[in-house]
Amino acid sequence: MNTSPNNTPGSTRVSDPGYSRSSTQPFYWSVRRELWENRSIYAAPLIVAVVVLFGFLVSTVGMPQRRQAVLLLDPAHQRAAIGAPYDMAAMMLIFTAFIVGVFYCLDALHSERRDRSILFWKSLPVSDLTTVLSKASIPFVILPLVIFGIIVLVQFLMLLWSSAILLPSGLAATTWTRFHLFQQSVILLYSLIVIVLWHAPIYGWALLISGWARRATFLWAVLPLLAIGVLEKFAFDTSHFAAMLKDRLFGAADTAFAFQPHRGVAIDSLAQLTPGRYLSTPGLWVGLAFAAAFVAIAVRQRRYRGPI
Amino acid sequence: MATIEAGGLRKTFGTTVALDGIDLRVEEGRILGLIGPNGAGKTTALNAILGLTPYQGKLRVLGRDPWNERDQLMQDVSFIADVAVLPRWIRVTHLLDYVAGVHPRFDRTKAESFLAKTTIKRTSKVRELSKGMVAQLHLALVMAIDAKLLVLDEPTLGLDILYRKQFYDSLLNDYFDHSRTIVVTTHQVEEVQDVLTDLMFINRGRIVLECSMEEFDSRYVEVMVNPEHVATARALKPIHERPVFGRSVLLFDHVDRDQLAALGEVRRPSIADLFVAVMSNNANQPQPSHEVTAHQGTTAR
Repeated sequence: MNTSPNNTPGSTRVSDPGYSRSSTQPFYWSVRRELWENRSIYAAPLIVAVVVLFGFLVSTVGMPQRRQAVLLLDPAHQRAAIGAPYDMAAMMLIFTAFIVGVFYCLDALHSERRDRSILFWKSLPVSDLTTVLSKASIPFVILPLVIFGIIVLVQFLMLLWSSAILLPSGLAATTWTRFHLFQQSVILLYSLIVIVLWHAPIYGWALLISGWARRATFLWAVLPLLAIGVLEKFAFDTSHFAAMLKDRLFGAADTAFAFQPHRGVAIDSLAQLTPGRYLSTPGLWVGLAFAAAFVAIAVRQRRYRGPI
Repeated sequence: MATIEAGGLRKTFGTTVALDGIDLRVEEGRILGLIGPNGAGKTTALNAILGLTPYQGKLRVLGRDPWNERDQLMQDVSFIADVAVLPRWIRVTHLLDYVAGVHPRFDRTKAESFLAKTTIKRTSKVRELSKGMVAQLHLALVMAIDAKLLVLDEPTLGLDILYRKQFYDSLLNDYFDHSRTIVVTTHQVEEVQDVLTDLMFINRGRIVLECSMEEFDSRYVEVMVNPEHVATARALKPIHERPVFGRSVLLFDHVDRDQLAALGEVRRPSIADLFVAVMSNNANQPQPSHEVTAHQGTTAR
């Protein structure tokens, strides 16, 4: 580069008074900035958590009598019946994280153009790559971590409450022995990683559209996909595209877990996790390649973007 | 090395030519005013300088290519676009945290001391501040950055007179020194007349006038001509004529001052008067037969 410091005639000041790039952390602060702006990242899961806990509280009325009846079933059905509210709570919170993540991404590169603040952000020494990656880190890293913490906390509180309810009838231990919080947390972490990797192209697509569309990002993200599906149906009377979308939304579990017959969707043993099978699914890698491409286009596109 | 160096800078939007081959050289320590009518290409030129838009032609800012090196360039360049670009949702403390976290040349204590002179609360969100306070906040941030080039695009648009005056006063007293360079565009030409060191008029994507303020003061003279001398004065080819209280005020370029003093009251022209003169002449250029002062001359008695 031709920015050598001796090239500035007339400047009597020291050319670089001890400032160094390493003392700044553009990525870290950009992620914090996203959390300041989008409080829904943690507020929405917390609200859902409160609702779930309240629902559980109500459902524990008459629990000791029902628990007596459950304990007469065979062990597999006992686990299913006792663990069901915990699995349900986890699923609702994971679904919340997905919704928050998609809507966050649809707005991430749009709101800064809408409120013209992109002119301010671009006046700072932060590259488009850092900015877009910090935004992408929200659905890929921050939300899964937030939701993991909240789910574990919610399940722990549920366990405490059910123990308190069951204590007088001497059944308090029956939940802890059938719903192993630590093992379930490991399964939960695995599930979250599996789901976020599977959904990566969805988040990437939403980011891309949020940086591209001038308005109505949700419609721009969804309508073209619907249109392709409908056109395919009319033209060839097939629905491969729709099947592909459905697989992208819900397909992660098929390869990542080995479901036991007669046990429904409950995963209660580490042996049911099949990471090898999941990692060798071509769909995973195709999806990740698309996600990387979408994010790369979003980075490139932000260079050209100004206020709208 | 000049702070800004452009050669044949060109930018088109479809068939509209926003910048039509601009050559520009801004040296360190100058305060350049870029003046032009709406749609003249001022903002496009600034956007190119700031790396916000791609362009054709040659452009170096502090030795860098702005389009490909925006993030490195922004360590040494600050930028205030019209007042409303600070994100409305952010808190003042968070804004300071963020800039301190990403900008290696930001001095937080300096920013805090500028803010201490205002009534801005640290806990306020930007949306709770008045327009004038947002401008003060942005200025406090920018003045705490040890930048080599400051670009201001209509920085005082929509502010009341007090804030506008204060804005340029702080900039000159607490920020500017001769190792910095400032480029400013504004429609409020009267308030920057005594601030600028250089003046540039831009119209339809071209530079139509370029001079230093010393040159401006020596070249241009305005004369309120005594009625009996109007014909003599017109013979000296004024670049513009306008009637004021029934008398003719003529603007001359490169005409001997003593000779003019004999014709009436000699004054320093304002940038606004010169701007009107240059722009109306510029507008008449496509019709060469049209005399320069004709349309104004007919309205004078």
